[in-house]
Amino acid sequence: MEATTTSKNSNSNGAPILSVRGLKVYFPISSGKFFVPPIPLKAVDDVSFDLYSGEALGVVGESGCGKSTLGRGVLQLIEPTAGEVVWQGHHLEGLGPKQMILYRRDLQIIFQDPLASLNPRMTIGDIIAEPLTVHYPELSKDERKQRVAKIMEEVGLLPQMINRYPHEFSGGQCQRIGVARAMILRPKLIVCDEPVSALDVSIQAQIINLIQDLQQSFGLSLIFISHDLSIVRHISHRIMVLYLGNVMEIADKLSLYDEPKHPYTKALISAVPIPDPEQEKNKQRIVLEGDLPSPLSPPTGCVFRTRCPIAQPLCAKEKPPLVDAGAKHQVACHFWDADIR
Amino acid sequence: MKDQLNGLEIAETVKGRSLWQDAMRRLMHNKAAVVSMVLLGIIVILAILAPYLSPWAYDEPDWGYDFPGAPNGELKHWFGTDGNGRDLMVRTLFGARISLMVGVLATTVSLLIGVTYGATAGFLGGRIDNVMMRIVDILYSLPFMFFVILLMVFFGRNIFLIFVALGAVEWLTMARIVRGQTLSVKKKEFIEAAHAIGVSNWKIIIRHIIPNVLGPVIVYMTLTIPQVILTESFLSFLGLGVQEPLTSWGVLISEGAKQMESAPWMLIFPAVFLALTLFCFNFIGDGLRDALDPKDR
Amino acid sequence: MLLDVQNLTTRFYTHDGEVCAVSDVNFSIEPGECLGIVGESGSGKTQVFMSIMGLLAKNGQAEGKAYFNGKQILGLNPAELNKLRGVEFSMIFQDPMTSLNPYLRISRQMTEVLMEHRGMGEEDATKASIDMLDLVGIPESRKRIGMYPHEFSGGMRQRVMIAMALLCQPKLLIADEPTTALDVTVQAQILELLARLGRELNMATVMITHDLGVIAGLSDRVVVMYGGRIVEQATVHQVFNDPQHPYTRGLLDSMPRLDDPGSDKLYTIAGQPPNLQNLPSGCSFAPRCEFVMEKCWTDRPELAEIGSGRMKACYLEKM
Repeated sequence: MEATTTSKNSNSNGAPILSVRGLKVYFPISSGKFFVPPIPLKAVDDVSFDLYSGEALGVVGESGCGKSTLGRGVLQLIEPTAGEVVWQGHHLEGLGPKQMILYRRDLQIIFQDPLASLNPRMTIGDIIAEPLTVHYPELSKDERKQRVAKIMEEVGLLPQMINRYPHEFSGGQCQRIGVARAMILRPKLIVCDEPVSALDVSIQAQIINLIQDLQQSFGLSLIFISHDLSIVRHISHRIMVLYLGNVMEIADKLSLYDEPKHPYTKALISAVPIPDPEQEKNKQRIVLEGDLPSPLSPPTGCVFRTRCPIAQPLCAKEKPPLVDAGAKHQVACHFWDADIR
Repeated sequence: MKDQLNGLEIAETVKGRSLWQDAMRRLMHNKAAVVSMVLLGIIVILAILAPYLSPWAYDEPDWGYDFPGAPNGELKHWFGTDGNGRDLMVRTLFGARISLMVGVLATTVSLLIGVTYGATAGFLGGRIDNVMMRIVDILYSLPFMFFVILLMVFFGRNIFLIFVALGAVEWLTMARIVRGQTLSVKKKEFIEAAHAIGVSNWKIIIRHIIPNVLGPVIVYMTLTIPQVILTESFLSFLGLGVQEPLTSWGVLISEGAKQMESAPWMLIFPAVFLALTLFCFNFIGDGLRDALDPKDR
Repeated sequence: MLLDVQNLTTRFYTHDGEVCAVSDVNFSIEPGECLGIVGESGSGKTQVFMSIMGLLAKNGQAEGKAYFNGKQILGLNPAELNKLRGVEFSMIFQDPMTSLNPYLRISRQMTEVLMEHRGMGEEDATKASIDMLDLVGIPESRKRIGMYPHEFSGGMRQRVMIAMALLCQPKLLIADEPTTALDVTVQAQILELLARLGRELNMATVMITHDLGVIAGLSDRVVVMYGGRIVEQATVHQVFNDPQHPYTRGLLDSMPRLDDPGSDKLYTIAGQPPNLQNLPSGCSFAPRCEFVMEKCWTDRPELAEIGSGRMKACYLEKM
């Protein structure tokens, strides 16, 4: 792979490339009764973060925590209910499809299900070329074909396969096609929505390495969404932990994994099975009680308090704000530094 | 990156096999469907060649033979003649022209309106979808016979009106099917991917949605053609169909039924052709459904 | 020996030709032990047990022998199998909804099993069912037993499934990816439950999974499958600390680990998983193996003992 720019500096100082402030995405859910207004499902509730050029931000959380909705809200694939999304100084929220198209070439997405994200009736050449036909309609057929062949090589696909159809490829190869489609416009930010969780274990590493290679050689910014803490740890510089649409903790990779401050992060990390029988048998595991509450009626105050091992009466009354708990380390817990056991 | 390339299978052929080609291959393995397609092809060719197959014209009586006359090889009345002494084989084949044409044209009309309408409603969704589908519901609830009789009374009997009437009714079901399919395709990730790229709504419908709803549409279309032919026959049977001296299978069967006892050939030959055609279309439709069924992929 | 499987081969007849999902598989399970079966999709790990349970799809056919407590059970007719399934051995699946009837209350589905197999009266059966729900950690079991499956959350549903599987106190529980659809925190609960139940009921457990991490904490012995065959079989310590098959080692190395900051790049196994319709004539891992030798392409290595009770199917002497 030829490297055009090599910007490995993760947290470059200066202005963030993307700023999200108070992002809320609510879905109206029909109450099922006449004359009763729909109930808002708060998929993402007041999330703010910054992303710098060349940085990979990991977003972890369990199913229903709003991590996928957050990624789509940033890209305006779902219209946010409130909040700001500022991309290189331009507000994206509220833009119509016509104005948004200008920014689409910089902002791309890779999906979870590799096969479902490819139109089964199109050849992979047409699939990969589609962004070009939208954004550079003036390109000739040959130029388009050349660019497609080039990107196919970059993602590890044989250009001879250009006329084949998605169902003729395995899951890992389909995901490479998805990566090629996202990369062909040379975007600046890619949202990766669980890009490897539908793949076989032996294929996951191939795709992770591919994404990482591309990120490093093109200085991409990544929002890497996953439920797998090990993978997020491997690929991200900074990590955000979500629970029921709320940010629990956001910190640099090392300080989050070595010194998690939020009880939810601690439980999450200790729940991950480690492929080492000694560690597994001797590990002190924090097992959370119960299940995720319904996002339709989240707990009052701190949303995590119903499963929190250190919950106090205050937690039911007041929602904890996101506070600084060290260098580049923020946590939303009333008692992150208290010694409660 | 190069070592990863090595692990990929080397493509001997550059050409891919599309889902359509897969479906075609499966269809060709379906004996009933293949036999039906051959039979249908023969019927169509016979209908096209009708004037050259017999010395008799469809609207001229044979004054030298019985009214109606039994099948007679010497006079080249292989199917016999009808109550006006006209050759029944020629009339049956000319009837095939009308019946098949009505079937295909009315279905095409319903296809064009139904697919556009259904895909638009399904894709836009929300309030627009609601309004569009309620209109379909209202049209559905109009009594069809009443509608046809009204048209006939106002505009007189006219073969063109039959296309309009049948097409106007059949597109409703087509629109519902397409809308349902569109709703399910719309949720697929590749549609979201197209939005993320910035593809316009119109292009998403044309390029991504319609090709993916076409499977069920084609199946429904092959099952609509016999339905339309049958409805036309029914209208003709009631005397609302094509006008003399033109004829259709429905008209022929209607006449034949009146003289079933004295001249059974007048009923048997058109009825056999009609039944055969209906069977063929239904078998082809079934075959296509099996061939296009995504579960089989 | 509780279960002894010999020369199990399972084929499926599809319209695209014959697919050999399981080829010549041999292994055994001792009473009370936990056996982990690791493999990717298409490795045949699930089909081994579907064959033994008599749950193969219609176009599938199994050959070979499977002795459960000395009795040959492979190919028994459904009536005889029904006397064993759910009684002597049970199976739970990734998606609990596939084995729960959505239209019946949990109480009805549980008591039915007991009344059928144990000849209990309804009252006793209900009581035993509630006890079982308590055992798997369902709070307010007396109330919850009257609920329908869809009223439970994913984790609770999996607990209900486990409770149902354990009603007749089977000697063997086969768990097929029981936590794959669950969140990590809920997965931790279920794994803990399975470990506890295995100990308390002295029941043998088979854990079928693609996740090596899940097996590490739970299993005593591990079987690694690839392309329908067993490629390595050893104790859990041997497999994780000293894997002897290149595939096993590749799998372990390619996983990003939480306990190890790791290098910049992940190790990768090149290529794609094998196509079962068109397996290579030699070792099915050969096209992806970095230690591949001349004879790997033509001859297939047999699963053979390599000392200290462990087995592998590979020509490589030492990793």
